[in-house]
Amino acid sequence: MHPAPSVIVFTTLSGLGFGLLFFLGLGLPDVTGWVAFTFFAIAYALAVGGLMASTFHLGHPERALKAFTQWKSSWLSREGWCAVIALVLMGLYALGVVFLGQRWGLLGLLGSVFSILTVFTTSMIYTQLRTIPRWNMKLTPAMFLSFSLAGGALLAGQVGAALPLLLVAALVQLGYWQMGDRALAHSGTDLGTATGLGTRGSVRAFEPPHTGTNYLLREFVHVVGRKHSDKLRIIAFGLAFVVPGILLLLPFGHLFALIAVLSHLAGVATSRWLFFAQAEHVVGLYYGKR
Amino acid sequence: MTELPTTTERKMGLVIDLDTCVGCHACVISCKGWNTENYGAPLSDQNPYGADPSGTFLNRVHSYEVQPETGPAQLIHFPKSCLHCEDAPCVTVCPTGASYKRVEDGIVLVNESDCIGCGLCAWSCPYGARELDQAEGVMKKCTLCVDRIYNENLPEEDRVPSCVRTCPAGARHFGDFADPDSHVSKLTAERGGMDLMPEMDTKPVNKYLPPRPKDQIDEQIDILAPLLAPVAEEAGGFLGWLDKALDKMPGGSR
Ligand code: SF4
Ligand code: SF4
Ligand code: SF4
Repeated sequence: MHPAPSVIVFTTLSGLGFGLLFFLGLGLPDVTGWVAFTFFAIAYALAVGGLMASTFHLGHPERALKAFTQWKSSWLSREGWCAVIALVLMGLYALGVVFLGQRWGLLGLLGSVFSILTVFTTSMIYTQLRTIPRWNMKLTPAMFLSFSLAGGALLAGQVGAALPLLLVAALVQLGYWQMGDRALAHSGTDLGTATGLGTRGSVRAFEPPHTGTNYLLREFVHVVGRKHSDKLRIIAFGLAFVVPGILLLLPFGHLFALIAVLSHLAGVATSRWLFFAQAEHVVGLYYGKR
Repeated sequence: MTELPTTTERKMGLVIDLDTCVGCHACVISCKGWNTENYGAPLSDQNPYGADPSGTFLNRVHSYEVQPETGPAQLIHFPKSCLHCEDAPCVTVCPTGASYKRVEDGIVLVNESDCIGCGLCAWSCPYGARELDQAEGVMKKCTLCVDRIYNENLPEEDRVPSCVRTCPAGARHFGDFADPDSHVSKLTAERGGMDLMPEMDTKPVNKYLPPRPKDQIDEQIDILAPLLAPVAEEAGGFLGWLDKALDKMPGGSR
C-alpha cells in the first residue's frame, strides 16, 4: 500500500492521543488545574491533530459529516462516532478537573472506554480488509491497542504501567512482523486463483493493460526491499521500545521523559510507515507485482 | 444504505469468455467513451499527451501466459471490470452510504454526491474494479451501463452495456444470472463459468468462461510435412567427396 503521510500521521498521533486520554479519564495521573490543563491540551492536540490529518486524503473533505451515517455496517463510520463521543465526554470531564477541581469518575471512565474504542475501531478499518492479508490478522488490533496503551502510559508519566505495557507492545510488534511476512502466502490467493487459470498451469502476467501507471498501481502496489525493511524494523523497534524502556529504568526526570516520548513517537511512526508500505494488496497480483 | 440486500430480484451481470477474447481493448475504449459522458463525473485523464499519462478506466484488459506442465504455453487476454459481487465488501465498508447494491437488479453503484473520496471501497475490492477519479475526487466504477440497459431512447439492440455491444469477438455477454434459462446462466453452466478469487467470499455475479482446450495435432506438425522431407539424407558420390574435401580445408566445419 502507498504509505500516505496523512494516514501515518493520523494513526500515530491519534493512537497516542487517545491512549493518553484513556489514562487521564481513569485519573492517572490524578491532577487538577493547570497541570491537568496541560495534559489535556497535549492529548487533544494529538488526537484532534491526527483526525484532521486523516481528512487530508479525502477527495471531498467538505462532505465528511456524511461519514457518520453508516455506523451499522462501516468501521470507518464507527470510528467517527467513537472519536466524537470520546472527545465530548473527555472534554466535559476535563472541564471538571481543570476548572472546578472536580473528578467525575463515571464520566472519566466512559471517556476512557470510548477513547480506547476509537483506537480499536481505527484498527478494524484495516483488519477487516481480506484484500490485504498482512492486515487481516487478529494481531492488527492487538498492535494498535498495545501501542496506544503503552504510548498513553508513557505520556501520562505512569512509569509503573508504561514498562510492562511497552514490553507487551514490543512482543506484539515482533509477532506481527513474524506472522505478517507469511500472511500473503497463507491466504492462498495467488495469480492462479485471481485469474481462475491456476489449475491449467503456471500463470505469468504477460502484458499489463496499459504502458503507464494508474490509480491502482499508485495506491496499492508499493514494494519495499527486504534489506531496507529489515533496517527500518530495527530502527522502529529500538526507538519505540528499547530506548524508552531503558530511560524508564533510569532515575526519572522531565528531560528523560521527553526523550522517551519523542523516541517512542518516532519509533511508532516508523513502524506505521512499514505497516502501510509492506502491506501487499492482492490486486497487485493482476499486475504481476507480487 | 451500505448494508447489503440479502437477496436481489435479479442478478444482472456479465459473462466474459476467455476463449474468444482477442485482446483488442475495444471494450476498454467503448466503456470509457460511453461512461465519460453519461453517468456521473467524467472519467478524467492526467497528463494524457505527456510523458507519464494515466487516467480513470472502469474496464481494463490484462494478458496472461499460462504454461501447462507439458505442451506449449497459452496466451489469455483477460478483461476485468466490476463483478457486481453479491457479498460486495466495497459496499459494507463505505462510511457514507454512497456505495450501494440495488435490490431490483443487483447492480453495485456509487452515489457520487455522497462520496467523500476516502478510497476505502477500492481498498476492499480484490479485483481492482474501483478507481478514485483524480480530477473529481470521487469513486468511479463500472455501472453495468445502467443508463443504457433500461434506456428507452436507445434502439433495442443498444440496450446492453457498451462493452458488450462493442466487442467484435462476442466475448462479453450480458444477462440475468437469477434466471436459470437466461443466455448467461446457460453459458455459465455449459462452459464451466468460474469465479475469480472464490476464497475471498465476495460471490461475484460476473463469471469467466475458461479457455477451451487447444486442438491437438499429434506427431505431424504440418500436413505438407511428408512432401517437404529432405530427398537425400547423406550426400554421396561427387557431392559427398566435395563436401568432405571442403570440410577438411582450414576453416572447415570439422
Ligand atoms: S468487483 Fe469490487 S467493486 Fe465490484 S462489487 Fe465486487 S468488490 Fe465491489
Ligand atoms: S470512496 Fe466514496 S464510495 Fe468509496 S467508501 Fe469512500 S465514501 Fe464510500
Ligand atoms: S458494463 Fe458498461 S461500465 Fe461496465 S465495463 Fe462494460 S461498458 Fe464499462
